[in-house]
Amino acid sequence: MVGIVIVSHSDKIAQGTVELCEQMSQGLVKVIPAGGTSDNDIGTDATKIEKAIVQADSGEGVLVFVDLGSAMMSTDVAFELLNGELRKRVVIADAPLVEGSVVATVQASMGSDLETVRATAEESREMSKLE
Amino acid sequence: MGSAQSLKRIIDAIGDAIIENKEYLTDLDRPIGDSDHGFNMAKGFSVVKQKLPDMDNESVENLLKTVAMALISTVGGASGPLYGTAFLQASKVMKGKDEIGREDVVAIFEEATQGVAKRGKSHQGEKTMLDALIPATETLKAEIAAGAPLAEAFEKAAQSALEGVEYTKTIIATKGRASYLGERSIGHQDPGATSSYIIIDTVAKALSGG
Repeated sequence: MVGIVIVSHSDKIAQGTVELCEQMSQGLVKVIPAGGTSDNDIGTDATKIEKAIVQADSGEGVLVFVDLGSAMMSTDVAFELLNGELRKRVVIADAPLVEGSVVATVQASMGSDLETVRATAEESREMSKLE
Repeated sequence: MGSAQSLKRIIDAIGDAIIENKEYLTDLDRPIGDSDHGFNMAKGFSVVKQKLPDMDNESVENLLKTVAMALISTVGGASGPLYGTAFLQASKVMKGKDEIGREDVVAIFEEATQGVAKRGKSHQGEKTMLDALIPATETLKAEIAAGAPLAEAFEKAAQSALEGVEYTKTIIATKGRASYLGERSIGHQDPGATSSYIIIDTVAKALSGG
């Protein structure tokens, strides 16, 4: 099953988003938080993200959600720290963190492949709050 | 720059300079960023300094890689992955080499600067670290090619970096948090370019024995 990693500057945002995703997936999908720095400050930490990716992977790839600014750069660095095989099956979702990760979790729980989960996540960019 | 021992001394001096300038860098970041640059950089380099005493027998490559990993994992803000990438690229240049030669110095700065540009998807003129790093690297390359002693080449490079820092006051930020301010970012000096200048200036001073 495709795994999911939530990268946020805030550990609480990452933990909370994971909580929301897990409620949708009934424990079928590995959703791993990678929020804040190692000393619990606001920020992102590439080594923490790398560990979360390794933990989320079960051989079918990992979709990573990022919040602001350096989250994207730290995730890029994390990808470079991964071993060659795993690196080939991780992608960043160009999608909103909460909406994207929730729909991706549902899609992943149906056993879809990485590309399908990613596409579903990225469709969430179009989700309107008012219509 | 030479041996791993002298590189270690230089890295330690860079750590001191960043920590000394913590308040200054944070003050620069206050009007245009999230006022964390000095704090984050000082935190990262404090960890670097803690690791140095245990690295007496390490190669140049491993020293640079250790700095990179410390910055990547502790800085938190954008400067972590950016400076981390710079040191990681530098370590790759030094793979399997015992001493940093004159040509290696140029290659280190070229690779590090390109790494920062690629990581940040940025170019010169966007009010970033690159506005100090690119002119400094060009000067360093020209001075070394012309046969200047290393300390002198770094002094000139630091001068170019400082001019780059001054230049950032005149331009609009298009990257990072400062880009939300648009034209209001004009007049403010970029903190990232400033920390890059401090690093190069510290290398120059360490090489000239100052």
